[in-house]
Amino acid sequence: MNPQLFQLICFYAFGFVTVAAALSVITLKNTVHAVLALVLTFFSAACLWMLLDAEFLALALIVVYVGAVMVLFLFVVMMLDIDQEKMREGFVKFLPVGLIVAAAMLVEMLGLIGVRAMHTQVMGADPAAAAGTSNTAWLGRALYTQYLLPFEVAALILTVGVVAAVALTLRQRVDARYESASQQVKVNPRDRVRLVKMAAERPVDETAAPSQESKS
Amino acid sequence: MITLSHYIVLGAVLFCIAVAGLFINRKNVIVLLMSIELMLLAVNMNFVAFSRFLGDVSGQVFVFFILTVAAAEAAIGLAILVLLFRNRSTINIADIDSMKG
Repeated sequence: MNPQLFQLICFYAFGFVTVAAALSVITLKNTVHAVLALVLTFFSAACLWMLLDAEFLALALIVVYVGAVMVLFLFVVMMLDIDQEKMREGFVKFLPVGLIVAAAMLVEMLGLIGVRAMHTQVMGADPAAAAGTSNTAWLGRALYTQYLLPFEVAALILTVGVVAAVALTLRQRVDARYESASQQVKVNPRDRVRLVKMAAERPVDETAAPSQESKS
Repeated sequence: MITLSHYIVLGAVLFCIAVAGLFINRKNVIVLLMSIELMLLAVNMNFVAFSRFLGDVSGQVFVFFILTVAAAEAAIGLAILVLLFRNRSTINIADIDSMKG
């Protein structure tokens, strides 16, 4: 088979799966199913990026999104006890509005970007291969030279994100008991033990007993 | 033969699906967050396609940064969501109106 025809068939297959999964993300009733549909969307989008010779980003999409972000979503969805029915209120009410806005936007976008004009733009040789490297080396070379400062800022953003997420959800329990090592070391025996001086116990005098018995 | 317009149209379709998702799932914050992720994916699709067709590495570098920021955004968004659920025991947007905005 003609390799270009094969590529086109692959594009349509993956594109169809992507669009269908994206549609089910926004329409599925169960939120867990919606998250799983989003995983499928990301996966088929990664396949499409593979067709574009962007191997590093395709694999990063799978590792970062499917492996980390979507699992985080699943954790949160399963952790929260959500009333599914109540969440669906207004679905039918807003459906026509949403469809109209989306359709209008799509028509506007396709008209604006001039799809016909770009129809002649045919995929040429892989620019990374033209430079004599793999896609990862091509991307990494730009990332570590020209874009080094943004790269460091990205690392900073991730750190801030992690700290913020932990700081937001960290909860100090009111009734929790903690050991204070310094106070334990500092303690003095006199603070803990009190010696009490008291008279020795004596047997009860028997002459006092009759009055108790007569009462009962 | 795949042309640039194939990918542009796909990106536009994905973006519009995400916008429709924002409109029709107005109660569920989790689905709203997922719609935003879909939007970012649509934009990334355009970036990668332009980068490939124009032979410029900058597009792919930008996708890399978008992925980074989106991951941080998702983490903080979900943390806020958990906090919201803990304090109000709901994530229904209609019930979250204490600021009377």
